[in-house]
Amino acid sequence: MNKENYVIAAVVIFGVAAPFLFPNYMVQISLLWIMILFALTWDTLGGQMGYNSLGNITFFGVGMYISAIVQVGMVYDVALYASPDGAALTGNFAPTQYFTGLGLGILAAAVGNVILAILLSQIFFGLRGPYFAIGTLGLALAAGELLGAWDYVGGSGGIALPVFPFDPTTQKFFFYFLCLAAAFLTFAFLRWLYKTRFGLAINAIRDDEEKADAMGIHTKRHKTVAWCTSAFFLGISGALFGNMTGFIEPLEVAFPTVTFGIFMVAMALLGGKGTLWGPVLGAFVFHTVKELTWTYLLGWQWIALGALIILNTVYFQQGILGWAREKWPETFGITVDKDMSSGSEERGTS
Amino acid sequence: MWDNIMVLVAAPVFNIQLLLDGIFIGAIFALAAYGLALVWGVMNVKNLAQGELVIMGGYFAYVATLYGIHPLWALIPAFFIMFGFGWVVYKLIISKVIERDLFTSLLATFGLALVIQQGLNLAFGPEVQTANSGMAIRSIFDGLVTVADIRILSLIICAILAGAVVLFMKKSRMGQAIRATSQDARAARVMGINTERVYAFTFALNAAICGAAGVLISMIWVIQPFYGVPHSIRAFVVVTAAGLGNLPGVIIAALGLGVAEQYSGFILGAEFQQATVVILLILVLMWRQFQMSKTRQVVQ
Amino acid sequence: MTRNVKKIPFAVLSLSALALALAAPANAKVEGDTITLGSAISFTGKYSTNGIHAKNGYDLAVKQINAAGGVKVGGKSYKIKVVYYDDESTPARTGQLLERLINQDGIKYILGPYSSATTKAAAPIIEKYKIPMVEAEGASRSLFTKGYKYLFAVLSTSEQYLASTLELAGEIAVKNGKKASDVKIAMAFEGDPFSQDVRAGVVEDAKKRGMKIVIDDKLPRDLNDMAATLTKTKALRPDLLLVSGHSKGAVTAARQIAEMKINVPMIAMTHCESGKIVTKFGASADDILCPTQWAETLSYKGDTFGTAADFDKLFKATYEGYKNVPYQSAQAAAAVIVWKTAFEKAQSFDTEKVRDAISAVEISTFYGNIKFSEAGNNIAKPMVLRQIQKGKYNVVAPAKWASSSVNWPRTAK
Repeated sequence: MNKENYVIAAVVIFGVAAPFLFPNYMVQISLLWIMILFALTWDTLGGQMGYNSLGNITFFGVGMYISAIVQVGMVYDVALYASPDGAALTGNFAPTQYFTGLGLGILAAAVGNVILAILLSQIFFGLRGPYFAIGTLGLALAAGELLGAWDYVGGSGGIALPVFPFDPTTQKFFFYFLCLAAAFLTFAFLRWLYKTRFGLAINAIRDDEEKADAMGIHTKRHKTVAWCTSAFFLGISGALFGNMTGFIEPLEVAFPTVTFGIFMVAMALLGGKGTLWGPVLGAFVFHTVKELTWTYLLGWQWIALGALIILNTVYFQQGILGWAREKWPETFGITVDKDMSSGSEERGTS
Repeated sequence: MWDNIMVLVAAPVFNIQLLLDGIFIGAIFALAAYGLALVWGVMNVKNLAQGELVIMGGYFAYVATLYGIHPLWALIPAFFIMFGFGWVVYKLIISKVIERDLFTSLLATFGLALVIQQGLNLAFGPEVQTANSGMAIRSIFDGLVTVADIRILSLIICAILAGAVVLFMKKSRMGQAIRATSQDARAARVMGINTERVYAFTFALNAAICGAAGVLISMIWVIQPFYGVPHSIRAFVVVTAAGLGNLPGVIIAALGLGVAEQYSGFILGAEFQQATVVILLILVLMWRQFQMSKTRQVVQ
Repeated sequence: MTRNVKKIPFAVLSLSALALALAAPANAKVEGDTITLGSAISFTGKYSTNGIHAKNGYDLAVKQINAAGGVKVGGKSYKIKVVYYDDESTPARTGQLLERLINQDGIKYILGPYSSATTKAAAPIIEKYKIPMVEAEGASRSLFTKGYKYLFAVLSTSEQYLASTLELAGEIAVKNGKKASDVKIAMAFEGDPFSQDVRAGVVEDAKKRGMKIVIDDKLPRDLNDMAATLTKTKALRPDLLLVSGHSKGAVTAARQIAEMKINVPMIAMTHCESGKIVTKFGASADDILCPTQWAETLSYKGDTFGTAADFDKLFKATYEGYKNVPYQSAQAAAAVIVWKTAFEKAQSFDTEKVRDAISAVEISTFYGNIKFSEAGNNIAKPMVLRQIQKGKYNVVAPAKWASSSVNWPRTAK
């Protein structure tokens, strides 16, 4: 009966079948799930609540480092392990040790990020509109710089994560399904969340924060919870990505502000911000096109990315899904009264 | 850190070096920041590509040295070509986002920043470049403090340029039109001012000022295609701290920022010199927010 | 209509899947008479200049080896071919591309990327798949303390880069009637793995010689001003100033040392050549000491290219626009020679056998002698120290290779 469920089922079937159908591309498809998670969590603030963050990548990196500290710290003194003198300490852990560490690491990354988000909300949610965007951009840049100066976790030299105790194929399957699960959980949670009163409240904040406040919505509390949600899932993705990469350092891997940090925004905008499926679609298109063409563009890819962002924001702001919705409104459960000229956006319960 | 403070206490003459270095470089920050304040105030566009415009200007000086021309001459082509570049960018991008919400302009200019960075990278490669002025270096206090003539000269050029812009704003027709538009664009339109032209001119002027600042930077520091971001952030710090339409404020904030960077580099270590800029940005934003929340309560 | 649109995400999904499936692997390890090596190296981004130097070195060696009859295994001649990907100078990308080379393209023999950071990202992956890698551009010592078995490097490790200057400073102090332990050192190193390893080597050596480190600053990645550090140098008057921060560090330091009239008697920095400080600053760069992996004036000699000077000539004739041949290209060429030697020694394409053959390689080449330690680094070739004297790079240490004596003290201009 519900068409959306068919689509979800199709995506999940693809997700589960993909590693068996395309075993050689497992790493790229794992990354695709992370990209979807990125776009979805960015859209919670940027699309649904109207707070456009340029620094959500902070939570990705912080999650990655929290997880690394927990995983390594279970066995060694982190400072010694990360320093050049600790070279003899290898990351070859026993399986139980490894998996306990990983589980706790992911959990700590998610929870630690929520706490961080609560603290940061106190500072950043006073900033409105573009100030919020600039402030969060500064946050991401500062986080990278400061971690680079923090010798406890190896400074800008980085730190190696424990080595997966079984063979590489098992590792790929293991992290593939963790990525898939993380993306699916994010999607399912946000889908539920946007249908609750909470979803309506953050939409109200997006449309007019002063009025929402006046109508008795606790705007600050809602904003904080929304950011915590983003941070929670981003922390998980950071922990997973760090463990897939094996070696992490602050500027390129953990806080890649101008790559992943901007990809999230670009993907959500491309698919259509403020919708549930837009970011998913945007991430699919963006990541697939990128993986297929990127390596053949030799330097021009970044110019293409910049141009894409400009074109997207200037000429195609509604995104793919927004465009489709204008083109075929009935499909999206929007009834258009032909006599009325006002195009009120009434969202159906598709 | 403590040792470094003790050095400054024991030999106060080094404070002079840090202050001078900070002021000379701060004067150049003031140029880029003033350009940003202009664009921000007149058309309410927050240009995230400000630093990239500066770096672009720097490459004019670098190219001049390749042809054996003294880099100071690059000021003239940098100013006028960047003016033209700014005009084109306005027509292609900025004019389309000017009426949209503020995040759109921020993101569009961010895209522009990426394009400029990568374009410069393709054209000149990722290596750091410099332009050598070949000017004399003065020693004072027995050589404990040195001042390169190029720094003094660039301070003078900054002052002349700033003075010229102020005079232009006060006296010329276009300057008056720009000020009128920034006060009330609709009223200006009613009075027959072609605001579209005013906007284009403002953005182009900003690009030209940045270009000139870039030429000076390349003779004092080094340039590289990706070094624009810190310059953008500096401009934002200065403008946010000083407020719009406050030229003396912009100058004081920019000089202060230059000095603060030198001191943090000395006391905390070089790795914190740029982190200081970013952290100052967040602090300044918080301070503004605190101020605003106070006025809000007064209104209520 | 209604149904079609709802399926947009699914349609895109199937299309992407189809596209991915079509881009099927085209290469395998050895096909016909071709051995395929793979490399993810920096063509774009911050390492691109040196990445391209390295690629030119790889390509020249491949050309030279193929022209001389290729690699002889089991009585048959094989040609070498290299598949490249651009890692955009980011370690995360290096990792992904190596997975791609190994899994999708079926490459079984890897040539290293450029830089220690990217090599650090590559090492765990080749270790995971047990695929040997011969690298020429990752000098970080920490690469060789993790017990990697499939990683081999032809170059000297980074802790040797500036440590030799301490010995020189000590000798000079003794000659002037002081003790070696009187030498005071000021240093500024970038925070990246390479420079930090250079620093570790200096710290260790200073401790051994009882020298005092009076300034130990860390330079940021986007370095464009180090006036504050140099002001500190002026205040504390060290006998030796050391800087390492890739070419931007060399350029920034050389400019500001001249501009602030820093008159430390001995100054050494890495990456003088790639920073082109002589062309940029002329006489004010004189008397700066620069460590190098290789110089065309050294009397090294080997089979493939002849002498170091022969390589220099051939390289300049092949690639336009090189005034000096960067050591990055020379060592890259040496890495390909190691592969050839190993294949011929193993007489097999089995990765395990080839790995064992690499670890037993012991040859002289135009780049110097190559012999790997248990850990995989080359222990048969020293670093040499050159000094810029009237705009020319002259070898001044170690004594065995020195062509000129060192100018001391450095006179500020």
